[in-house]
Formats: sequence, structure tokens, C-alpha cells
Amino acid sequence: MASHLPPKPTPQHSTATAGGMAEAGHARPRGLMRWLLTTNHKEIGTLYLLFSLTMFFIGGIFALVVRAELFQPGLQLVKPEFFNQMTTMHGLIMVFGAIMPAFVGLANWMVPLQIGAPDMALPRLNNFSFWLLPVAFLLLLSTLLMPGGGPNFGWTFYAPLSTTYAPPSTSFFILSLHLAGISSILGAINIIATILNLRAPGMRLMDMPLFVWTWLITAFLLIAVMPVLAGVITMMLMDINFGTSFFNAAGGGDPVLFQHLFWFFGHPEVYIMILPAFGIVSAIIPTFSRKRLFGYASMVYATAAIAILSFMVWAHHMFIVGLPLVAELFFMYTTMLIAVPTGVKVFNWVATMFRGSISFEPPMLFALAFVVQFTVGGFSGLMLAIAPADFQYHDTYFVVAHFHYVLVPGALFAILAGAYYWLPKWTGHYPSVRLSQWHFWLSVIGVNLTFFPMHFSGLAGMPRRIPDYALQFADFNLVSSLGGFMFGASQLLFVLVIIKCVRGGEKAPAKAWEGAEDLEWSVPSPAPLHTFETPPTFQPREH
Amino acid sequence: MRSRDHEAAGREGVRRTVIRTLVVLAGMFAFAFALVPLYDVFCDLTGLNGKTSARAQPLVEQEVDASRLVTVQFITRGSQGLPWHLEVDTRQIRLHPGQREEVFFTFRNNGEATTLARAVPSVSPSAASLHLRKLTCFCFQEQQLMAGETLKAPLVFQLTRDLPPEIKTVTLVYTLYPVQATQAEVSHSGPITEGDSA
Repeated sequence: MASHLPPKPTPQHSTATAGGMAEAGHARPRGLMRWLLTTNHKEIGTLYLLFSLTMFFIGGIFALVVRAELFQPGLQLVKPEFFNQMTTMHGLIMVFGAIMPAFVGLANWMVPLQIGAPDMALPRLNNFSFWLLPVAFLLLLSTLLMPGGGPNFGWTFYAPLSTTYAPPSTSFFILSLHLAGISSILGAINIIATILNLRAPGMRLMDMPLFVWTWLITAFLLIAVMPVLAGVITMMLMDINFGTSFFNAAGGGDPVLFQHLFWFFGHPEVYIMILPAFGIVSAIIPTFSRKRLFGYASMVYATAAIAILSFMVWAHHMFIVGLPLVAELFFMYTTMLIAVPTGVKVFNWVATMFRGSISFEPPMLFALAFVVQFTVGGFSGLMLAIAPADFQYHDTYFVVAHFHYVLVPGALFAILAGAYYWLPKWTGHYPSVRLSQWHFWLSVIGVNLTFFPMHFSGLAGMPRRIPDYALQFADFNLVSSLGGFMFGASQLLFVLVIIKCVRGGEKAPAKAWEGAEDLEWSVPSPAPLHTFETPPTFQPREH
Repeated sequence: MRSRDHEAAGREGVRRTVIRTLVVLAGMFAFAFALVPLYDVFCDLTGLNGKTSARAQPLVEQEVDASRLVTVQFITRGSQGLPWHLEVDTRQIRLHPGQREEVFFTFRNNGEATTLARAVPSVSPSAASLHLRKLTCFCFQEQQLMAGETLKAPLVFQLTRDLPPEIKTVTLVYTLYPVQATQAEVSHSGPITEGDSA
């Protein structure tokens, strides 16, 4: 993908554009320097997506180490210490290295195209925020080779596990998370500045495609909570290295404070990983239903409502730390309240399809699977929101099943749907239908084999983050492990689809899908390196 | 020309947006640190984190509420890397609210060297911590013990009468933590045991 994308610059790009493209009129650097120095939103988007794909496979291999160890009871393959590092690194890499950069990559590629902007508002900052990521994650991965091993305290890095009892490499882990956080913050600033200032003349906020809307709201969430994460890990760093006692009970601190601060960041963070997915699905379902999106305005307000509520629910991750009854009730009800705007969204997607002329191209398959399976994850979330029930579910595989349902067949499937949807625009070729269908069905079966049995093992009492388990959980884990390897292997098909799609395949016209209406389908496929140098004329549509 | 104007307006707008987001960023970073003292104040007012006062409090002269009995349990815990042992003479007592009670704890240093340690208290249920008054406590300061030395120290406390009636059992946990000599200097700086005769 990298060496073929995007195509050669078109000759008419010599006027400097609003993005301040410094290389205009100069010879463009070639080879590695082209990618290192690029300020083009499409090239940076491609870099983000390739980085994310790489991290997805690294994090996936770690997950398969976990699943291989859990294939049967007893300790077979890895030591418990290493097992803990694998669960931790899997979570950290998938959250910060795979899902988030994938959405940023899609935003880089598609937000300027969807609002008719020539590029991102701050192209050089854009380059910087991407190249922070490989540095951050090389550093994070290198901790595995350090004395004492890498992070082993779970992706939530609760103090004092991550301070008093942490391996010596933890300061490097903190630094890498700082870098990834700065990258996200800069990316968010860039996206906000682009959306608020570079829309095509005549495009009001309520005319924007929903992917742009959801990303605008996501970017605000990032701006609000990434500094809190930075604050928390800075406190950890000071506790570890400078003898402060933010989270150390011996010195008057409080480990529970860590959990409050972490989840004040952490809960908005999980919506950061799902709101852009809502936007992608809201683009795909109308296209392949050949109908306008049902309830555009309610979709926007529901997204905003979810974002605002996300700041008022954090302690539902901490029902068992000994909250007073009033707090348990408050967080239980606010959590359940989130089901209302989420329900509005699911209703709107279904209503969009109602009496539509539906066809099942690969993007639509993934989007439909998203709607169904994300809802499954939503329902198990409602069960977990019930404070008294959570006392039993807490830290069991039921929780693992819940958040994997919203993140894998949820966020990840939406990313895959978006990739299939926009690949014709990126490469100029349709992805192979036959291969995509194999990829889809193997993924759906694999993902459900992996995560559905976890509901049962969790309800039966299997705790998470353990390398060994009691015999009665053996069958569930066997199925989960087989499904996990099936899902992991079938993602290789996705790589094959991309490679084939970049190299050739059926040529795609500018408007690659019959029912697609947004601005990105008005530029040629593949999209030339520079688009919308003069702002397009935008015709508002009735929503 | 219209597009040139549009472009200039866009650039000005970008500058404004970036400045605003940077202000929000700085604010949220400061807010994260401000949450630490805010959390402490919030917990002091509500007693939520089960911490007791770090200073001696005077006895509240009040009539003992003989109509109900509250069980008070004591749990002591050691710490990894600290060769000390902490034991309580009476693991469980039953008392009336308002009553003054005294319990003795025994510290022993099983290690080879003189070390400093501190017993950090925690009260469960946390709502009880607002009604627990400590007149004297070894937990107000560090203990220094030579190798093999034993120290018997009292805890004098009172559960006030306004203890909520649904609380039937109060558990006090004391966890031993090692203290570095340099840190001890700092925490010794304030007056520690005043008021235990009040």
C-alpha cells in the first residue's frame, strides 16, 4: 500500500494552498524522506493506517500468546510473569496503538475530503503527531526486553501495582504513554481546527457528514481527557522517582484516588474509541440502503449527549472500592442513562435500512455486523451497570467479553467497514469481493467463538488476568482459544485484500458506490494528492 | 478573490481555534492536579476514604449511649520488605458510643538493623471515620525500633454518639509501612501528640 499510495501529484498543484504546503514548486523528496517529511493529509492518513495495522498484528500476537496459554488449564507455555506482561501489552497496544491511530488515520484521509478542505489546518503538526507514534511504541515494546520485563499491571495500570510494585521499566512505559498522549492531543487540535475553519463555503455544521461530526466531538473529548491522563502518569512518575505520595498510603496518599483519576480519563477514552465508529457506520448504512440517514439531527445530539454523559459515569468501574450508597446509585443511573442516546443511534440505523433498497457489499456486511454485535456489547454493559450485580461480575471474564464486544466487533469492525468503503477512493480499485466475503465471515465466526463463551465463563466466576484457571472453565476457554486463532489468522486475509486492491482490481469511478452522496465521492478515484485547492460548491441537502 | 479572502479568514480562524484548545488543554492538565487536594478535602468532609484524623483529637464529653453496643475490630498488617511485626492485644471489643476505650498494640522489629516504620490506619465502613476520635495513637508518628526491640503503644479512642445507628461493626486496619530516614524528618516537623489529655 505504502509505495503505491497516493498517486503521482497532479500538475495543477503549484499554487500554495491554505494548508501552507511548503513543498509546492519544489522537487518532492523521494523514498523514505517522502514519508518522513510529508505534510499531505492523505499520505499521513496512509501512514497512520499502516502503523495501526502493524500494531494490530503485534497486539494480536500478544493476545494469541494469552489465548494459547489459556487453551487448557495448567501452566503450559509461558511463565505467569510473562503472561501478565502479555495481557497488559495487548491492551495498551490495541487501545493506544491500533484503534486510536486507525481512527486518526481515517480522519486524516477523509475529514478534509468530506468537508471540501484542501488539507488539514496544521499540516506540519500533523506530520509531527504521526511520527511521535512509532517512537512511543518502539519505546513501549522495548520495555519487554528490559530487566524485570515490561508493564505487567494491566492496561489500567492501577497504583500501587504500577508504582510501588512495578518493574523498573515503568518509567519508560510512562514516557511512551506521554508521547502517545501528546500525539493524540496534537491530532485532536488539528482535527478541530480543520473542521471548524476549513469547511467548504456554504457547509454549515449541521450539513457535515456524521463521520466529521463524531470526530469533532471525539476530538473535544481527547482535548478534555488526555491532559488528565498526562497528569496521572506524571504523578506516577513522581511517586516512583521523586518520593512523592500521590497514590502511596504510607505517605498519606490514596490508591483509590488513582482509580478516580484514571477512570475520569478512562471512560471518555472508551467513547473516543467508539464515536468515530458511529460516524463510519452512519455513512455506510445510508449508502447501501440507498436512503438518507434517518434522524440526522438526533444522531448529532445523541453523539454529543454520549460525550457529555461520559464525564459523569467513571466510578461505575469502581463499584467495589467501597463507594457510599449514594455514589453507587448516582453512577448506576447515569450509566444506564447512556443507553438512551445509544438506543437512539441503533434505532436510527435500523430505521435507515427500513424499506431501503439494501445491498450487501463488503462495507455493508461489516457495518451490519457492527450494529448487531455492538448492541450485544451494549447490553452486557447495561448488566455491568447494575451496581449490586457488578459486585459479582467485577473483574471476571464477563467484563472481558463486554469490552471486547464493543471494541472488536464494535470499533474494529467499523474500522474494517470504513477501510472497505473508502479503499476504492484511496487506491482507485475495488477490493476483491470474494476475498472480502471470506474475510468477513471468518471474522464474524471467529470473533463470536472467541468472545461469546467468555460471557459464560465470567458469569460462572472465572477471574480475568490469570494464566491458569479451575477445571470447570476448560471447555469455554478451549472454544475461546480456537476462535481467537481463527480470528487472528483470518485478519491475514485483510492484508491480502489490501495488497491486491493496491496492485489492481476492478477500476472504481469517482462515485464508487451507487448510493454514496458525500463530497469525497466528487473527486476522482484514486483521490489525487491534492484535492479541493479551490473550495468546491457545496449544495446543502435536506437531512 | 473570494477564495483568497476565505483562505485568510480560515487562517485567522485556525489560529484562534488552536489558542482556545491550548487554553483548555492547560486547564485540564491543571485540573488533574487540582483534583488531588480537592479529593482530600472532599474525603475529609465526607469521610469517604476511611482516613482518620492525622492528629490527636480531644475527647468529647458526652453521656455514654448505653442503649446500643458497637463491635470494634482491629486488624494489623505487615508490609513487604519490612521485617516488623504488629500485634494487637485485643482483636475485638464491644463498646457503647461515647465511651472512651484503650487498646494496646505491640510492635516488634525482627530485622537485623534499626529501622523506621509507620502504621497507617484505615476505617471501614468509611462513614464511621467521621465519628471515630483518636485521643492518642501510635499512628500519628513513625516508630523507630532497634533490631529485636519491642514497643507497646496505646490507642485511645472514642466513638461519638452520633455514629449512624446502622453501623454495628467498625473495623480499624493498621498497615505497617517502611519509612526512609529522610522522609521521617519531613513528617516529624509538625506538632503531633498535642491534645491527648483534653
